[in-house]
Amino acid sequence: MTETNTNSRIGEELLSVNNIDLSFGGVKALTDISFNINKGEIRSIIGPNGAGKSSMLNVINGFYQPQVGHVRFKGKDYTPMRPALAAKSGIARTFQNIALFKGMSTLDNIMTGRYLKMHSSFIEQALYIGRAKREELEHREKVEEIIDFLEIEAIRKTPVGRLPYGLQKRVELARALAMEPELLLLDEPMAGMNLEEKEDMSRYIIDVNEQFGTTIALIEHDMGVVMDLSDRVVVLDYGRKLADGSPDEVSSNQDVIDAYLGVSH
Amino acid sequence: MFYREAGDFKTSYAADQSILSIKLDRYFVIGLIAFGVIVVPMIGNDYWLGSLLIPVLVLSIAALGLNILTGYAGQLSLGTGAFMATGAYMAYKVATNLAFLGAPVAIIIGGLSAAFAGVLFGLPSLRIKGFYLAVTTLAAQFFLLWLFTHVDWFVNYSISGVPSIPPMEFFGVLISGAEATTEARYLFVLGFAIILGLAARNLARCKMGRGWMAIRDMDIAAEIIGIDPLKAKLSAFAISSFYCGVAGALWAFCFINTVEPGAYDINRSFQILFMVIIGGLGSILGSFLGAAFIVLLPIFLNNAPQWIGLNLTSDVISHMEIMIFGALIVFFLIVEPHGLARLWQIAKEKLRRWPFPY
Ligand SMILES: Nc1ncnc2c1ncn2[C@@H]1O[C@H](COP(=O)(O)OP(=O)(O)O)[C@@H](O)[C@H]1O
Ligand SMILES: [Mg+2]
Repeated sequence: MTETNTNSRIGEELLSVNNIDLSFGGVKALTDISFNINKGEIRSIIGPNGAGKSSMLNVINGFYQPQVGHVRFKGKDYTPMRPALAAKSGIARTFQNIALFKGMSTLDNIMTGRYLKMHSSFIEQALYIGRAKREELEHREKVEEIIDFLEIEAIRKTPVGRLPYGLQKRVELARALAMEPELLLLDEPMAGMNLEEKEDMSRYIIDVNEQFGTTIALIEHDMGVVMDLSDRVVVLDYGRKLADGSPDEVSSNQDVIDAYLGVSH
Repeated sequence: MFYREAGDFKTSYAADQSILSIKLDRYFVIGLIAFGVIVVPMIGNDYWLGSLLIPVLVLSIAALGLNILTGYAGQLSLGTGAFMATGAYMAYKVATNLAFLGAPVAIIIGGLSAAFAGVLFGLPSLRIKGFYLAVTTLAAQFFLLWLFTHVDWFVNYSISGVPSIPPMEFFGVLISGAEATTEARYLFVLGFAIILGLAARNLARCKMGRGWMAIRDMDIAAEIIGIDPLKAKLSAFAISSFYCGVAGALWAFCFINTVEPGAYDINRSFQILFMVIIGGLGSILGSFLGAAFIVLLPIFLNNAPQWIGLNLTSDVISHMEIMIFGALIVFFLIVEPHGLARLWQIAKEKLRRWPFPY
């Protein structure tokens, strides 16, 4: 890429999407989208409602299969990516509309994030012996670290359906972190939050990125947050890529100002 | 404060994870098992053991099975009776043609056959959900029962079509056939109920159980975590049907002493479904409570009016029974989907705080 990374936090390319075309029936959601995400960076995707941001994340983790183009992750091409492959190879995500397991406790939701890291057999589980027992305890320890990190100790045993919106968003982040992903896709993690909750969430995102070295793709509407957190920003509008670069470059781009920040919408 | 959690500090995650995290609960379960194994056979008469406890325990096993599928994995089934029948007929085939294998193996093979049928009829669940899946399982109910009534091979070409179960021994004690004592049949059934109950509880809290619940609550999120919907749903169908199959076989071997299609018709499927709803969806304890409740309520209704000096005709009583069941099912579906198990939990919380109001 053309940018030079002065920041040692950021490594080489982790993921790229290449010439993605995605349509639903006659509706074109994405048209010829290409961009990449480097190891360790916080990469934001912005754009007006309906621009195709969520669809982009859905292509990256294999929920939507694009008609054209491919996803490249850790040097491997996927045409297309599949959800199971994405999970296995280290991509986790949260959803714009919270997708928690409503009937389960906070703890069980996060433990479920460890699913692929557990290998006990059916018999071991039925008798709760051997690996089944050992794994429950080991993973519980890891999950407790995440619970401490996100400061949700008090709601450990609460069924998530009963939690307020802001906390549900945090539990969903916790569940994604439990997968120990290399790439974390966050779809509007701060939507509907008050200022204080937004500040907390921003801090968690930065901490995840810095402490665990997790690469993050972030969809966010609050431009203040985007400018503060992001290393690079890609701008979508009507399914097309409008601009791509550092927060400063993007925010001074005339097309972006017209389309996104301008008054025309 | 009769019931305490405070002061019972958990010092490790191991303690916190144990099946019932409160010590009292564990002692309660151990005590209950000991009571069921040692005291009940001594004090219980033939009526209590043979006509109440055996059916409660057998139907509890079927309710556990349906609860795994519907309560934990969220897949509605109306084919419980058919999977019970599969277990019964296949166990009968093994008991008559491969008698040397013994009763437990025959019953387990019955369960495995039911598991196989469950997986087969569970395959559509990968494509369809809710109401439409229920219709598919209804098809299983009618098809399998039709098979067992019309293919003579399943009943060893018996003329009546309702053959008796041969007498079989377990550790030298008869547990089936007309000669088996009520105590022996009760203990044999109780053994299955205890083992299958604990196994269900263990599965529910491990990886497998979380996979089921994840698919039930939010299948797209489950998929991005790496849970294979195919595996989760089919394993739920398999294990659920295994439980139902074992229950069906026990029903034949230790309760009615014959294999007959009437014992496993659509009414049975609904009966087990009501047990699960009233007992509590997604609760192991609830499966037992629901079964006990539904078996015992009619008996209570038959006797209660006389205790208070009322003389009702059996007509009135059976109508009352239907009305009370109907009202309860509506109540639990709307007000308390977690059923009796949840009410029990609330009662415990109240006891813990007693005598303080909050
Ligand atoms: N599953 C779908 N079926 C049909 N159309 C869809 C689907 N998902 C997204 N779209 C369409 O794709 C476009 C982009 O949507 P989306 O990616 O959700 O935008 P954003 O997240 O930027 O608000 C919209 O026109 C939307 O209606
Ligand atoms: Mg969106």
